[in-house]
Formats: sequence, structure tokens, C-alpha cells
Amino acid sequence: MTDDLTSSIASSTPDSLPAVQTRALRRVYRATPSEVVALAGVDLDVGRGEIFGILGPNGAGKTTLIKILTTLLLPSSGSARVDGLDVVREHRVLRRRISMVSGGDVSGYGLLTVREQLWLFSQLHGMRTGEAHARIDALLERLGLAEVAHRKVSALSSGMRQKMNLIRGLVTDPRVLFLDEPTVALDVGAARDVRDEVRRWIAEDGGRTVILTTHYMHEADELCDRIAIVTRGHIVAQGTPTQLKQDVQREVVVDLSLQRGAPLLDALRSLEGVAAASVSPDDSVDRFSLHLADDAALSGVLTVVERSGRRITALGKREPTLEDAFLRLVGRSLSEEEER
Amino acid sequence: MTRAPSPSASSIFLRTVYARAYPRLVSTLGRERSWMLTEIALPLLGTIAMVYVYQALHAPRPYLGFVVLGGCMLAYWQNVLWSMATQFYWDRDNGTLELYVISPTSLFAVLLGMAFGGIVVTTARAAVVLATGSLLFGVAYEAGGVVPALGAFVVTLIALYCLGSVLAALFLFYGRDVWNLSTALQEPVYFVSGFYFPVRSLTAYVGGAASLLPLTLGLDAVRQLLLPGAVALVGPGVETLVLAAQVPFYAWLAVLAFRKLEEKARREGRLVLRGA
Repeated sequence: MTDDLTSSIASSTPDSLPAVQTRALRRVYRATPSEVVALAGVDLDVGRGEIFGILGPNGAGKTTLIKILTTLLLPSSGSARVDGLDVVREHRVLRRRISMVSGGDVSGYGLLTVREQLWLFSQLHGMRTGEAHARIDALLERLGLAEVAHRKVSALSSGMRQKMNLIRGLVTDPRVLFLDEPTVALDVGAARDVRDEVRRWIAEDGGRTVILTTHYMHEADELCDRIAIVTRGHIVAQGTPTQLKQDVQREVVVDLSLQRGAPLLDALRSLEGVAAASVSPDDSVDRFSLHLADDAALSGVLTVVERSGRRITALGKREPTLEDAFLRLVGRSLSEEEER
Repeated sequence: MTRAPSPSASSIFLRTVYARAYPRLVSTLGRERSWMLTEIALPLLGTIAMVYVYQALHAPRPYLGFVVLGGCMLAYWQNVLWSMATQFYWDRDNGTLELYVISPTSLFAVLLGMAFGGIVVTTARAAVVLATGSLLFGVAYEAGGVVPALGAFVVTLIALYCLGSVLAALFLFYGRDVWNLSTALQEPVYFVSGFYFPVRSLTAYVGGAASLLPLTLGLDAVRQLLLPGAVALVGPGVETLVLAAQVPFYAWLAVLAFRKLEEKARREGRLVLRGA
């Protein structure tokens, strides 16, 4: 623990403590032939009442960060506090105040009913049965699962199961709720229900905090008050979605679709006036996303395309998104990062 | 929402024990009817087969009692091995272990719940083996030995499930291939515990070494008390005392193993299956 962090926490009252605070947080995994640095010195401050997004490709270090903050994993060095408690030394007390829900979670026991399963997990926090059932019933009603309360867990659809998992995370009324890719592989409707409930839950009590990891840009944009962009164990930027998009807003963002042909990405990236470029194959076309310094840079782009002999199927300017901010900050799109 | 007062550690512990026993209890109470076949009817066949072997060999009548009592105790070992020692390993695979670990409860309470639930299930199986085997083959027991045998049996179970807790910690940490590990422990324990024959037949030395397993001593004591004249290692009183001493030893070992396990697992990331 750094001295600065110790003194700032010691002089604070509990309510003024940040919900999450990390300093120079590092985690290295032993591996062959060389060790893997999952977190390379992360500094993070999350205030109470925030929905804080951790955005990055698979393997960026998001899940490692969550595992450390939820006391499942020790950091190799650095410090981390959640709800004012040190995750290494005060983990037993901290576990009373946190909860975690992961996407695709199949934990628990399939032969139990939904209500029984939720009750089982509430007992690990010592909740009285009457109180647990009252909260479970209210949450089942709110998330539209009241009708399946007495159905076996093994008979639930993936969307229902994930809503049940979210209730499991909420029923013990944690101070900090960790959501690790909570909507992964869910259909649009179920994902929306999960996001709506997270928003409603946080709005009910200003002392609650949500830490959300996702690689769905639109989800982070829609849900989070602030976002940290993580890649290869580093936080490369953090701020509100608007702040993150601000840098890109000065640029011209162009979507360009070309018929399949010879590779063009490197040629486009090397052009003067092209700040960033990415490509994603889609059916018979390649969709390029280009960040241009100004409109004039477009003529250079079109010249390169013409020389390549590839036909343009669509071209248009649009408002920048978080995906564009990611591309600008990291230099590659999220999907490119995941492939590396 | 009004925040309820924080529950005490003992309340969390006791509630966890009951909650974790619950899935096993509801499965026993009829939610999974296949259990009646796989957990009771099929294992009974093994015991009956062994009785027929002894009958074919014209073994003395007490040997039939040996087999029936061995069949009862065998059920508990199988429960400890397959439903307790390996359970955390499966729990880790489906993400349940993570949820146990990040909750304020102790893994030992979770294990205790598994043990209680398992004991109820297994006792039903053992009771069927005992009743069916005894009635079918006309096994007679010493009436005066029933109460002391029950006492020895209870101490044996406590020691056995404490040993099961130690195994659960070890399996979780080292058991990349839990299935093979369990199989490796199954048959040798059947053999050295003397499920189907008096363990003294293996010589006093092997019997003595096998006494580290609560089953060996427990079975030997129960047989002596219910089937007078049985060949035995030592007297049932001494065996029960040794079993009683094994309880705190294995319990201490289990608590220690889980403390070390959690510490090491948090350091090395072994409680985590998902990627970075």
C-alpha cells in the first residue's frame, strides 16, 4: 500500500471513501516459456453511486482486475481497496459487502428451483429466510421471473438464467456489485432487461456502486457513468463516454465499404491525414472505419482505393462512437486487439 | 432499502451448513427418482453377490453379517469419495466455488453442509442394505451390542467425514484428474478396510496401518459388537478411543488444509478458471 493511499483513506469517513481505489496494481501469472503480465500497474478511482465500466478486448486484464477486487486473486504488487477495505488483508469483512455476477454463469444446482437456488446463496451471507424470500420474490417480480420461481434451474433459458444470476447478485444488497460481461451471449431483450435492472438498482441508493466489465461498446456507452479502457494490462484512458469521444469528435469519422480484394489497411493507415483505421470483413465486403484529420484527407483515401481497383459499395460520414474512441486510443479496433 | 444488521459469523456458518445440505436433501426426498435406483438398488446387488460367494464357499454364518455390515459402511466411503472429496472440484468447474469464496461464509461450513446432506442420503442407502441383507440371509446380531455399536458408528462417521474434508482440499488443489484420483483411492480402501472380510486377515501390521482410515477401525468395532466371536484387530473400546482421537486430528488437518488452500489458490489464481 502506498503512503499516499493510506493517509487519504485514514483521514476519510466511510461515506467519503471511494468505492474502489487501486494504486500501481500489478498481477503476473507464471507461465511457460515466460510469465504473463495481466495487469501492469493500474490506478483506478471509482466513486460511490457510479456505474463504472471497464472496457477492453478479451485478455486485456479486465477479469483479472475483477478477480482481485472480489478477493479471489492476490495482486503481485500494488494495492486495492473496495468499500474502504484492503482486498488482501481485510478480505473477510469485504466479502460481506460485495457480490459478483458473471456472464454465462452456470453456477449452482440444477435440481433446485429458482427460488430455492436464490435462497441458498442468500444463506451464505447469513440472511434470515423470511427476509431473503421477501427480497427474492420482489426481485423475481421486477425481472419478470415470478412465473418461473418454482421451475427447476436446469429448465431455464440462458436469458432467464442470467436474470436469475443478477437477482442472486442483488439479493444480499451489496455495496459494490461486480458485473463481469453480464450480457454476453444474451438476446437483445434479455440484455436490455439486465441493463434496465442495473440502472434501477443503482438509482435506488446513492451508496451503491457497480463495476461492469464488457467488450460491448454500446453497452458501456449506454450504461456507464465513467469508463476505463484497458488493453494489455494498462488503462489507456478513462473518463465519461462523452469525454472519451471528445478527442474523436474533432476528427471526421468515415465508414467505407469496399468489395473484397487486395489488402488496403496498411496503405490507408500510412496516408497523411488518416489518424486511425480499422477493417472488419462482412459478407462480401470489407467495412473500413477511418478517422480523418479533415475532409480533405478523403481525397487521398479515394485515390488509394481507385488504384487498388476495388469497388466502393458504400461511403458515409457519421458521429463518433466509443468504438471510434477505442480505435483512436489503442490504434486498433477491439476485434483486432482480440485477434492479436 | 433498509440495511439489516450484519449477521454474526456463527449465524452465517450455521445457515450455510443447512443451505448446502439442502440440495442433497431435496434430491433424496424424491426430486430425483433415479437416485433410488443408482444409490440404493444397484449397490445392494454388490453386497448380495458377495454374500452368495461366501455361501457357495460354505463360510461360517457370521461372515454373512460381515459382508452386510461392510456393504453399509462401503456406502459412506463412496459418498465421501465421490460426493464430498470431489465436490469442490466440480464446483470450481461450473463457477459455484467462486461464489462460495467471495461470500462471507467459510468453505468448511459448505463442506459440513455437503457432509450432512450426504450422510442423510447415504444412511438411507445403508439402512436398505442392512435391512434387506439381514432379512434375506437371516443374519442375527447381538442385541446387547446395538447401542455401543451405534456409538462407535457415529464416531466413525464423524472421523470419516473429517477425513473427507481433508481429501476435498487436496483434490481441489492437486486433482487435475479427479476421476482417476477417486478411482485410485476406491479399490485400495475397499481392500485394506476389510469391507468384505475381517481386516485382521491381512496381518496385524497391514491392519494397523489401515487403521489410519476411520473405516477400518469403525467397521472392525461395529462387527465385534454386533457379531460376537469375530476376528478383530483390537478390542472395540480401544478402536472407538482411537477413532475419537482421529476426529480432532482430521478436523484440524482439514481446517489447516483449507486455510493453506485458499491462501495458495488466491496467490496462484487456482480458484479462477476464466481468462484474464
